[in-house]
Amino acid sequence: MNKVFNRIESITGNVITVKAKNVRYNELAQITTRFGKSLAQVNKIDGDLVSLQVFAGGQGVSTGDEVRFLGHEMRVSFSEDLLGRIFNGSGEPRDKGPALTDNMKPIGGPSVNPTKRILANRMMRTNIPMIDMFNTLVVSQKLPIFSISGEPYNQLLARIALQAEADVIVLGGMGLKYDDFLYFKEELSNGGALSKTVMFIHTASDPTVECMMIPDMALAVAEQFALQDKDVLVLLTDMTNFADAMKEIAITQEQVPSNRGYPGDLYSQLASRYEKAVDFANSGSITVLAVTTMPGDDVTHPVPDNTGYITEGQYYLKGGRIEPFGSLSRLKQNVNGKTRKDHRILMDSMIRLYSSYKETLEKKNMGFSMNRWDEKLLKYGQLFENKLMDLSVNLTLEESLDLGWEILAECFEKDETGIKSDLTDEFWKVK
Amino acid sequence: MTANKGKVVSINGNLVSVRFEGNVSMNEICYVNVDNTKLKSEVIRIRGNIAQIQVYEMTGGIKCGDDVEFTGEMLSAQLGPGLLGQIYDGLQNPLPILAEQAGWFLERGNYADGLNAEKKWEFTPTAKVGDTLRAGEYLGTVPEGSFTHKIFVPFYLLGNCTVKSIAEKGEYTISETVAVLADERGREIPVSMSFRWPVKRAVKCYTERLAPTETMETKVRLIDSFFPVAKGGTYCTPGPFGAGKTVLQHTTSKYADVDIVIIAACGERAGEVVETLTEFPELTDPRTGRSLMERTIIVCNTSSMPVASREASVYTAVTLAEYYRQMGLNVLMLADSTSRWAQAMREMSGRLEEIPGEEAFPAYLESYIAAFYERAGCVLLPDGSRGSVTIGGTVSPAGGNFEEPVTQATLKVVGAFHGLSRERSDARKYPAIDPLISWSKYKTVTDTEKSAYLKNILLHGDEIGSMMKVVGEEGTTISDYVIYLKAEMLDAVYLQQNSFDLTDANCTTARQRYVTDKLVCVLGSEYSLDSKDDARSFFNRMRQKFIDWNYTEFESEAFMNAEKEIDALYDERQGTISSQAELLLKGGE
Repeated sequence: MNKVFNRIESITGNVITVKAKNVRYNELAQITTRFGKSLAQVNKIDGDLVSLQVFAGGQGVSTGDEVRFLGHEMRVSFSEDLLGRIFNGSGEPRDKGPALTDNMKPIGGPSVNPTKRILANRMMRTNIPMIDMFNTLVVSQKLPIFSISGEPYNQLLARIALQAEADVIVLGGMGLKYDDFLYFKEELSNGGALSKTVMFIHTASDPTVECMMIPDMALAVAEQFALQDKDVLVLLTDMTNFADAMKEIAITQEQVPSNRGYPGDLYSQLASRYEKAVDFANSGSITVLAVTTMPGDDVTHPVPDNTGYITEGQYYLKGGRIEPFGSLSRLKQNVNGKTRKDHRILMDSMIRLYSSYKETLEKKNMGFSMNRWDEKLLKYGQLFENKLMDLSVNLTLEESLDLGWEILAECFEKDETGIKSDLTDEFWKVK
Repeated sequence: MTANKGKVVSINGNLVSVRFEGNVSMNEICYVNVDNTKLKSEVIRIRGNIAQIQVYEMTGGIKCGDDVEFTGEMLSAQLGPGLLGQIYDGLQNPLPILAEQAGWFLERGNYADGLNAEKKWEFTPTAKVGDTLRAGEYLGTVPEGSFTHKIFVPFYLLGNCTVKSIAEKGEYTISETVAVLADERGREIPVSMSFRWPVKRAVKCYTERLAPTETMETKVRLIDSFFPVAKGGTYCTPGPFGAGKTVLQHTTSKYADVDIVIIAACGERAGEVVETLTEFPELTDPRTGRSLMERTIIVCNTSSMPVASREASVYTAVTLAEYYRQMGLNVLMLADSTSRWAQAMREMSGRLEEIPGEEAFPAYLESYIAAFYERAGCVLLPDGSRGSVTIGGTVSPAGGNFEEPVTQATLKVVGAFHGLSRERSDARKYPAIDPLISWSKYKTVTDTEKSAYLKNILLHGDEIGSMMKVVGEEGTTISDYVIYLKAEMLDAVYLQQNSFDLTDANCTTARQRYVTDKLVCVLGSEYSLDSKDDARSFFNRMRQKFIDWNYTEFESEAFMNAEKEIDALYDERQGTISSQAELLLKGGE
């Protein structure tokens, strides 16, 4: 079955063409160059002219190199042995462990039948108050973390990986700086979460084609775990690099670009990954959190813009904090009515007061005099930012709610908060 | 199936080229054989003996030389009793049945009939032997839920047909012959209760197309009183993500005053479809008292499902709408979102290497959008009854910027525009329809002049508001400030509406008229207010009273009491009505 070809017709960027018959669309091939072996995937067939994208890139590929078709599509090995391991975009180990070849599963499989999904209704605790209390993450939700370069988004992801209430964590890194890769490895092993984590890592210096494989590999593994009744949390960073990799390949293959050079199917491509988030009736689930960096802090850039139309809300990371105003978890209503009866009202009231604080701060910066109410707001805002918004805070939802009442009591009188009196009577906490 | 066959010669994404023999027609359906699985495809271009086909499935595994079978038929929908309450994908495969066959995932090459072939329906003939009928006239009826489902002479038959024989009243399946017709040339044609119709062709079996004049109640105040939609009309709802497009459509699908609602979830989130699926069977249709699902059909092709069938899904949905219109019913078809449909066209156009238009959309984008919305309409049917299809489409413009091709092409052809704005949704003002940019060519449910009067307050208030941003509150006169407060109050108590509260969300025409009169009176009056602080606190109190009023059941005791409180507050501040408002109110009586 394995057909070997020794003549490469053309090489453009990462794409080569060979003359071959009986090759299947999306089939994998192995190409042997003087630098070693690499996988390549068929992405176009025109008669007997077959185009392949070479995972290791086109550099150094010679027209006389050997191309061997493998007769199957891209696959990933699945078993419990994956836990604690690190792989690259071709599915090869990045750690010192053995390569896994058992129980190979195809990646990028079909989508879930909508009638087999159930309504998202379970909270996923992360012990980060800005998430649990204000924009609750829900099992099977897909949420991007919108951020600009330089924000501590990878630190945030690592914290979520350590603290989140998930059975399995799958981390997909695309275009990661090598330092960030080391950081993730160290944090997870120090925090003791490595044993429930699988990592698929593509660093910035690795070939572009491998970058495009990362989400599919990560999500295929997640799907298998989910079908074994596990609640899986998939963390992806950074989806903008994934989109840029797609752009690079599309342009190389002379596709007509649609918006700022991105291919016309950017939305469908992103959606087919994000839509893998699912809660299977009577089985496990997949929750997706994906960092999307916004070039130039521009939310209308094609990548964050298309992402926003696909996902169920977003977290904005700004100034090292999860911004309470732009952030939104669309599914939080499904769960935050069932946590504690003061949850919703406290959430709304604290945000409303925080927004008044922001207005007061603006007034103060413009040099207006501060009245007694303004002073109260300023004190409140400071406490709120330090005690709840700071990313290093690690509190359960109940502790955060209690802390919320404490902060209110420290700054205001009961009737200044606009909260119904039966709740203030029950929960008001004077130190 | 014709014997026509072909072989695959090239593959690029979901575009496959096939070398064929014999004749192939444009938009014909064919199947690609891969490993004993047949993948449904559609011919989209023919050059010489090469047909280019778009495959409705993932194309991995196809190789050159694979067999392709042509069917000789275009992509069509199966029409007949049993459509209501169904959940279809874009190609009219019932999703619950696919789930039974294949489990969790939508495996490719797995198809099922749109209608249940075993179920028996109680057929009552209405035509007699010897009657002359044309396509679109009916032979008999079957009960379907609370509707009388008419069994038609198939839409594709040309000319007059004579009824040769007709079945007696009794139970039949959809494929059993219920009548035999003879066409003009005397050929006998057996007719069953179901037939197929190509989805990309509009059904034109009506006598006359009428102007849409009757307003469709949506129970959304901002729409009905300011930017209404007519039965048989079209409207679009563009807005950036998170502005509440889907929630607004959801509310409309629940409360709109129509017989049947068809929801095309086209390229959007699967979670939202699940929400509809979970919620609708639990809700009752206020018009019939039966489950809301019994008047609903869902065609869902969510964003991760194959893109070519996404393109087909809006056509499938509108064909089902036209079918029920033919029975003299008012049908509302909601497409969420038409941008995803346009993007599907763009993807195919790119693969066909057509010369791109603006933002790489194909040059025919505008004519396709226009042709789609033109399938809406109010029609006079052969039996003298009237039916309508109303189309509402959401648009998801890139970056929330309405100056993009899909929004612009849509605005040219629709009768009402409900533009959602990020500012309003950020301020949690729902529905986030921006009253300053939206428009409608249809008739409001409330008195037009009163609506115009209120809208004028809104515009004036907005002008003062933007002026105040420059000169501050101090630099504004108290009379201007009062107008600003009035506009703010109007916005808070009338334009904004809580779609999650059963009473507030379901605001009937009678109630809208009643509240409008009250608002014209309250906002058209002068009060004795000595300072801006005083004015603000007065309007805050008034606003609170109106909001409480909104949450009371119409004409209930609580409603009367809340209204009395408003009147009391009005009298307390010696409200005196302006002559213009008084004239308006008198004219209304």
